[in-house]
Amino acid sequence: MTNLLMLIPVALVLGALGLVGFLWALRSGQFEDLDGAANRILFDYDELEQKTDDNEKQHP
Amino acid sequence: MAVCAHCGAEVGVASTGGAEFCCRGCRAAYSLVRGMGLDQYYRRRSIDPTQRPLRPDDEAGPVDYSAQVHPSDDGIVGLHLMVEGMHCAACVWLIESILARQPGVIEARLNMTTRRLVVRWRDGETNANAVLAPVIAIGYRLQPYDPARLGRESERVEKELLRAMAVAGFAAGNVMLFSVSIWAGQSGSMDWVTRSLFHWISALIALPAVVYCIRPFARSAFSALRAGRSNMDVPITIGVTLASAMSLWETMRGGPHAYFDAAISLLFFLLIGRYLDSRARGRARSSAEHLLALGAVTVTVLDGDGTRRLLPPEQVQLGMTVLVATGERIGADGTVTDGQSEIDTSLITGETVPAPVEPGATVFAGTLNLSGPLKLEVTAVGESTLLAEIVRMMEVAEQGRARYVAIADRVARYYAPVVHLMGLVTFLGWEIFTDTPWQVALLYAVSVLIITCPCALALAVPVVQVVASGRWLRRGILAKSATAQERLASVDWVVFDKTGTLTEGRPELQAGHWTQEDLRQAASIAAASKHPVARAVARAMPDVPVADDVREVAGCGLAYGDIRLGSRQWLGLPDDPAEASGPELFLARPGHPAVRFGFRDPLRADAKDVVALLKHKGYRLTLLSGDRRSVVETIAGDLGIDDWQAGCKPADKCARLAALAGAGHKVLMIGDGLNDAPALASAHVSMSPSSAVDISQTVADVVFQGHLLSPVIEALAVARKAGALVRQNFALALGYNLLTIPLAIAGQVTPLIAAISMSTSSVIVISNALRLSRGRLW
Repeated sequence: MTNLLMLIPVALVLGALGLVGFLWALRSGQFEDLDGAANRILFDYDELEQKTDDNEKQHP
Repeated sequence: MAVCAHCGAEVGVASTGGAEFCCRGCRAAYSLVRGMGLDQYYRRRSIDPTQRPLRPDDEAGPVDYSAQVHPSDDGIVGLHLMVEGMHCAACVWLIESILARQPGVIEARLNMTTRRLVVRWRDGETNANAVLAPVIAIGYRLQPYDPARLGRESERVEKELLRAMAVAGFAAGNVMLFSVSIWAGQSGSMDWVTRSLFHWISALIALPAVVYCIRPFARSAFSALRAGRSNMDVPITIGVTLASAMSLWETMRGGPHAYFDAAISLLFFLLIGRYLDSRARGRARSSAEHLLALGAVTVTVLDGDGTRRLLPPEQVQLGMTVLVATGERIGADGTVTDGQSEIDTSLITGETVPAPVEPGATVFAGTLNLSGPLKLEVTAVGESTLLAEIVRMMEVAEQGRARYVAIADRVARYYAPVVHLMGLVTFLGWEIFTDTPWQVALLYAVSVLIITCPCALALAVPVVQVVASGRWLRRGILAKSATAQERLASVDWVVFDKTGTLTEGRPELQAGHWTQEDLRQAASIAAASKHPVARAVARAMPDVPVADDVREVAGCGLAYGDIRLGSRQWLGLPDDPAEASGPELFLARPGHPAVRFGFRDPLRADAKDVVALLKHKGYRLTLLSGDRRSVVETIAGDLGIDDWQAGCKPADKCARLAALAGAGHKVLMIGDGLNDAPALASAHVSMSPSSAVDISQTVADVVFQGHLLSPVIEALAVARKAGALVRQNFALALGYNLLTIPLAIAGQVTPLIAAISMSTSSVIVISNALRLSRGRLW
C-alpha cells in the first residue's frame, strides 16, 4: 500500500511532464512543418549563422 | 542528350544558353547560385517532375511586392509569400540561404509542408523587391498572400483538436492504469477502500480532462440543437457527460460503477478521428488555395505620363489604359486602342480557334493575348464585367443546389432520439415493473446511454474519409468539400466539357500534305514565336536551329526573309471550306506552292479509355461544349459519346444540368473554363482539372492534377468503395449496439464490459476502413 502512495504520484507526474512537453512543442510551432523538420537536420547552416551574427553585431 | 545544369530540362541543339544550359535564364541563374557559394544545391536536390521546372520566367516581367509588405513596430517589416517551383528540401535550403545573405534580412523561414515563406527585414535598409530578386532570378515564383485570410480558421481548429487529443490521451492512459487494477481486483483481492481511492484519483484526472476535451463536440451539439437539428455530437455529448456525472456520484457513495475510463478513452478515439479528418481536408484545401493564389494576375496600367504600374485587377478603374504583353492573360474587359493580335478565348467560350482583334475590338478578362502587344481602354470594371456576370450566375446556381446532408448526420437524425428514448424506457421500466430504488434504475438508464454512445458510429465516416482522401491525394486529387466523396458515390451521369477537359487545351500538329523538309523550315521560323500554334510546329521538330531575325507580324504570322509562315488571309490564299477545321498555318516560299499545316486540340492521352470504362461501369455520358459543331461532333464520335451538344453558352449548360437533375439524375460535371463555372456550381458534384481557370477551381468540389483524365476514374472508384465501406461500418457499429443494448437494459453492463465493447467496435470500424488504402478498385 505504501508503494502505491509513492508510485501513483510518480506515474502521474511523469505522464504530466510528457503532456506539458507536448503542449509546449505544439505552442512553439514545432508541428507546423513536419516535412521540413525531417529534412532540416541535413542542412548545412554554418556559414549562414556567421552571417547572422555579423548582422546582429552591426545592430546591437 | 545533355541536361540543363540548372533546371534539368533537355538542352536543345540550338540552345541560347550554350551546351550546358537550356536557355540564357538558366545560365544566369546557375552563375548566381555559384557566385553565392551555394552550388552544393545542385548535388543535393532531387527534381520532382510534377513541379514546375526551376526556370527563370522571362515573360512574367517584374512584379512589385512592396504593396504587400506588413509593417510592424520596431522597424522590422515582413512579407508572406507562397513559393511555386519547390522540388525538395534542397530548395528550402537554397531559398533560406539566399534570403539570409541579403543585407538587412533578419529571418527567412520556408515551411516545406505548406510551401509558405515568411521573410522579415529591417525597414529602410532594404526593400521587398531587392530582397526577393535573387530568388525570382533563380526561377522560383513568389506570390504574396494575406496570412490573416488564408486557412487561419482551420489552423486554429486543428490546433485546438490536437491539444484536446493530447490531454485526452494523457488522461485516458493514466485512468486506464487504475481501471485495469480495479478490474483485476474485482475477484476480491481489492478492498473497497483501495477501490474508492483509485476511483477518486481517476475522477481527479478524468473530470478536468473531460471538461476540456468535450468542448469541440459540445459546441457542435449545441449549435445543432439551437438550429432544431440533431447530429452525432448530441448523443456523444450527452453520453460522455452522463457517464462522467454518474461515475462521480458512484465514487462519492463508494459504489463499483465508475466509467471514467470509458468516458475519456471515448473522447480520445473520437478526437483522433476528428483531428485526422480535419488535417486531411486541410491539406487538400491548402493545396487548392495554393493553386488559386498562384493563378492570380496583375494588370499593367499605363498612366498619362507614360509610367507603368502593376495593379491587382480589382483596383483597375474605368477608362484606364492597360498594357497586355504578348502571351499574357488579359486582366480587364476593354476596347483595343492600339495593336493587333489574336485572342485565345477558349477559357470563356470553349472556342479553340484564336480570334483576331484590332483597334476597336472588345476583349474580355480571362482571355489570352497571343501574338502582339495590345493597349486597352478599360470599359467595364467590377460588377459589370463578363467575369462578374458569370460569378453571379454561379451564385444563383449554388443557391439552387439543395443543401446536401451528410450521411452521418442523416443517421444521427434517427439515432439520437431512439437511444435517448431507450434510456428513458429503461428507467421507467425498472421503476414501474420492479421495486429497485430510483438511483439504481437511473444507473441502468445511464449505462444504456453510455453503451450506445456512438463511438464507432462517429468514427465510421471520418476514418473512411481520411483513408480515401489520402488515396486521392497520392493521385493528385484534391477534395475541397467535405461531402464530395459521398456525393460522387451516388453519381450516375457524367457531363464533360470539351476544351481543356477531354482535350489537352493546346493545339498539336496534324498529319497533312507536307514533307519533313517543309516542317524543318517551318519549325526553325516558328521557334522564334510564343504563339501556341507556332509552338506546336516547333514542338513537332524540336532539334532544328532557331532562325535569326524572324519578324513577327502581329495577328498575321512570321516572316523570315522571303519566307512567310502565317494565316490564310495574310498570305492571300483563297478560302477552302473543306480544309477549315481548327487552326492552320501556311508556309509560303518564293517559287513553291504554299504548304498547309493543320492543327487540332488533341484528346488527353487516356480520354478514350476513361470514357470506355465509364460507359462500361454504367454511367451515362454527355458532352457539352461551347465550341463549333464540326469539332465537337468529331470528338464525340472519336470517343463514342452519343449525347453531345455544341455551341453551348453557360446558361445552356446550366439548363441542361437542371433538366437532368429534374429527371432525378445525379450529375457529375467536369469542366475547366469560365463558361463552365456556373454549370460546375449547379451540378450535384463537380470536378475540375488544375489547369482550369481559378474560378472553376473555386467552385469545383474536387480538383485533379496532371495531364491525364484517369483521376476521374480513380475519384469515382474510391468514392463508390468509400460509400460501401461507410455503410458497412454503420452496419457493424449498429450491430454491435444491438448485442450490447439488451445487456445494458438488463442492468448487466459493468465498466469492464463497457470499455471492451467500445474499444473493440472502434478498432473493427477502423480496420475495415483501412481496406480502402490499397489495391485496384476497378
